[in-house]
Amino acid sequence: MSSINKEWPLWEVFVRSKAGLDHKHCGSLHAPDAKMAVQMAREVYTRRQEGCSIWVVLSSQIVASDPGEKGMYFDPAEDKVYRHPTFYQLPDAINHM
Amino acid sequence: MYTQAMSVGPQDVAAKVKSAEDAAREAAFEARIDAGDFIEAKDWMPEHYRKTLVRQISQHAHSEIVGMLPEGNWISRAPTLKRKAILLAKVQDEGGHGLYLYSAAETLGTSRDQMLDALHSGKAKYSSIFNYPTLTWADIGVVGWLVDGAAIMNQVPLCRCSFAPYARAMIRVCREESFHQRQGYESLLVMMREGTAEQKAMVQDAVNRWWWPSLMMFGPADKDSPNSEQSMRWGIKRISNDQLRQKFVDATVPQAQILGITLPDPDLKWNEERGEHDFGAIDWAEFWRVVGGDGPCNRERLATRVKAWDDGAWVREAALAHARKHMNKEQAA
Repeated sequence: MSSINKEWPLWEVFVRSKAGLDHKHCGSLHAPDAKMAVQMAREVYTRRQEGCSIWVVLSSQIVASDPGEKGMYFDPAEDKVYRHPTFYQLPDAINHM
Repeated sequence: MYTQAMSVGPQDVAAKVKSAEDAAREAAFEARIDAGDFIEAKDWMPEHYRKTLVRQISQHAHSEIVGMLPEGNWISRAPTLKRKAILLAKVQDEGGHGLYLYSAAETLGTSRDQMLDALHSGKAKYSSIFNYPTLTWADIGVVGWLVDGAAIMNQVPLCRCSFAPYARAMIRVCREESFHQRQGYESLLVMMREGTAEQKAMVQDAVNRWWWPSLMMFGPADKDSPNSEQSMRWGIKRISNDQLRQKFVDATVPQAQILGITLPDPDLKWNEERGEHDFGAIDWAEFWRVVGGDGPCNRERLATRVKAWDDGAWVREAALAHARKHMNKEQAA
């Protein structure tokens, strides 16, 4: 199908809200280039004051972890409880450490 | 890879022989669904689940896009600047909803151009409601109140759909859709409370024409809905067509009373025993005729979309050529 080659590439859109600390993924869109992608992201994803900063990135540039390896990948988090500050019991007299 | 999805019904896959590996994966998948897990795009899923979702989400996206036409019909004729600005904002939202939904469907491995090709060639469907004409300004308010109201009723349960990208898109859509419904209702309220006798009659006439098509938006009766059972089991659909339709009727009757209009159904009345409204029979022959492509505006709607796509081809290509030129320049520099 020749029309497929003419398809505008897909971009992922990240928006940081006014009070937000980080950019959050909010969706994707097709655009011919980065400038248009930002313009369209503004029109589509920030019509209701959702944010004040936009990042766009070509979807093809994103590498994701494999859901099949979820167990292996994220399991160690569970048996290393000592990584969390709440694991350590301190005397009541010590506040805010 | 999934281009054929839209043209095939749900029965096609079951017949295929499954390998032992696939059977094990499918069991694990079913277990996740039963546990109320959400499925993400990269997770393994049965081919039939994928196809059903591509069909449903793309048809939903097409509905948003085709749905811009009946309302767009009144943009240049909106009676005040305020109403015109509101209508423009609303139609812009619909375009955005189409975009969110195409994106959600694309996570399943299809492409937007493939989906549009299915729409333009008549393989994919869109909501039957958009094949009805908007004949007066009151239609625009009634579409907001009844059509968007029915859409919300349909879509709120989809916010808990088992396929997470679809559920996330629906959350955004529902938030914006409720603006549409409220503004539509409010515009009717103004006409009914402050309007002339002619304006009131115009609203009543619009309601008379849109009531039954709105009820048809919930799809065929449960007993005639071949996709429903599997979709319910897979958590794609959470509430049946008939149940949603009943909820819509129960919610709408008091809204009609506040407006001071009547709903065009002599059999519509409160059933004390059931705690729900009884209502008259839907003209299913009309429903199937419209779904089959022979409604009042089917040809016009599709022709408009195809023309926009064909006439816009050179603009899309120009944008792409421009982007390539600049990318090459940057790389050369």
